[in-house]
Amino acid sequence: MAKRVGLEVTVAVAEAVALCRIDMAGVYPITPQSHIAEHLSNMVADGLLDAEFVTVESEHSAMSAVIGASGAGARAYTATASQGLLLMNELLPIASAMRLPICMAVANRAVSGPLNILNDHSDIMPQRDTGWISLFAENSQEAVDLSIQAFRIAEDQDVMLPVNVNIDGFQLTHMVEPVEMPTQEEVDQFLPPFVPHATLHPSKPVTMGAFSMADYFTEIMKAKDEAIRNSKKVILDVWEEWGRLFGRSYKPVESYKADDAETLILTMGSMGETAQLAIDELRDKGVKAGLIKLRLWRPFPFAEIKAAVKNTKKLIVTDRAVSFGGPGGPVFSEIKSALYAETTRPAIYNYIYGLGGRDITVHDFVGMFEKVLADTENSSADTYEFWGVRE
Amino acid sequence: MALKTWRELPIGCVVTEPGSASEYHTGSWRSQRPIWDDAKCIKCGICYVYCPEGCVQQTEDGFFKANMDYCKGCGICAHECWPRAIKMVEEE
Repeated sequence: MAKRVGLEVTVAVAEAVALCRIDMAGVYPITPQSHIAEHLSNMVADGLLDAEFVTVESEHSAMSAVIGASGAGARAYTATASQGLLLMNELLPIASAMRLPICMAVANRAVSGPLNILNDHSDIMPQRDTGWISLFAENSQEAVDLSIQAFRIAEDQDVMLPVNVNIDGFQLTHMVEPVEMPTQEEVDQFLPPFVPHATLHPSKPVTMGAFSMADYFTEIMKAKDEAIRNSKKVILDVWEEWGRLFGRSYKPVESYKADDAETLILTMGSMGETAQLAIDELRDKGVKAGLIKLRLWRPFPFAEIKAAVKNTKKLIVTDRAVSFGGPGGPVFSEIKSALYAETTRPAIYNYIYGLGGRDITVHDFVGMFEKVLADTENSSADTYEFWGVRE
Repeated sequence: MALKTWRELPIGCVVTEPGSASEYHTGSWRSQRPIWDDAKCIKCGICYVYCPEGCVQQTEDGFFKANMDYCKGCGICAHECWPRAIKMVEEE
C-alpha cells in the first residue's frame, strides 16, 4: 500500500525517481532544483539507490552524460532549471533525434536577466521545439506521479523520446506537502525494465548520432514529428493505467467547473490550485466561471483543447513567459493557433503574470475575470497584457 | 541506391552496419580535382598525410593518387605540396 508522507517536493521527486530504479543520474545543481541533485546523490552514497551519480561540471555536461548513458542502455535521469536548461539547449534536440528516453525534471525558474532565481516558465518555453514530451505538474502528488509515468511513457517502444516534467520552482519545489508515495512493488509492476532500441556495445557496433545531408534531413525531421505526435496515444494509455492502479487520473487538459462555464481561464503548473479557489469564489457570486489546466504541452492536445473551450464565450489564457515583440505569451499563441479554424471560438484574452516569482493570489484571478467580464465588446481580446504591471 | 522514405528510417537513425560510411561517395561534392605531376613529385607523402578525407594513396611506383570516389576537391594536398607537384583543375 502506498504510504502518505509529508515531504519537500524535490525530495519526493528524487524518491520517486529512485523507485524507478534509474541506472544513472547526471545532475548539476542549480536553484531551485538542487535538492533533487542532493537527495539523489545522498541515496546513491548511502547505498539506497544502486545507480551511478555522475558529478558533472555543467548542465551541458549533464545532458551530454545522460545522452551517453542512455545510448549505452541505462535508464538515465537529470534535472535542471533556468540557465541550466538553457545551457542544455544545444543537446535537447539531439537527445530526441537519437530517440533516447531520458527523463528530466525542470524546476521552472525565470531566465536572466536580470538575474532572478524565482518561478516562471521562461526557461521551458524556449525549449518547446526540441522534440521532448513536456508535462506540467500542479502539486506534489502530480510531481511524483508524473516523474514515474515519464519513464514509462519515454521508454515505450512506440515512443522512445525524452520527457521533461515541469515543477514550478519554489512555489512547488520547496513546498512540504502530503504525498502518497507508491511502494517499490507498485512501481516495479507499473514500470518494466528499460529495453533500449539500440545500445552502444562493442559486441554489436552501431553508430548513433550520425551526420545527415539535405537528402535525408527532411525525412528525419518528419519521422521525429510523427514520433512525438504518435506518443499521445501511449501517454493516454499510460494515464489510464495509472488511474486504474493508483486511483488518480490524468488528462492532457484537466478541467474544474468548466462544463457550463461561460468564461474559462487556462493555467499551467502550480497556478491551477490558486485559480481553483478563485473559481469557487466566483461561483459563489453567481459567475459562471471555470478553469482548464494544460498538463500536456508537447505533444499539444489539440482535440482536448477544442473540446474544452467549445461552449465558452470568453477564454483567459495565462502565460508565465514573454515572447518579446511577438503575438502574446507562448501559450496564448498556441491556443489561438489551435482554435483558428474553428467556426465558433471564444474571445481569447491573454494575461502574462507571475514573472520572476511575482506572487499571484486568488484575488488576482478574480480580478482577471472581473476585467474580462466588464469588456462586453471584447475590445481587449486577442491582445496581451502584463497583469499587475505598474504603469 | 534509392533513398529511403521517412517511414523506412530506423528509429533514431541508428546505423547498424559498421563502416557503411564508405558507401557514401563524397567525390560527388567535388568541383576541382587534384592532378599530380610525377616529374615534380619527390614522393615525400605530405599529400597523403594532409588529406582530410584519407583518400590519397601511394601507388606501387611510389607516387600518389587520390581515390576520386571520395576526393572532395578541397585542394589541401595541392596547398601543402611544397615541390608544387599537384595542380587543382576545374571539373568539366
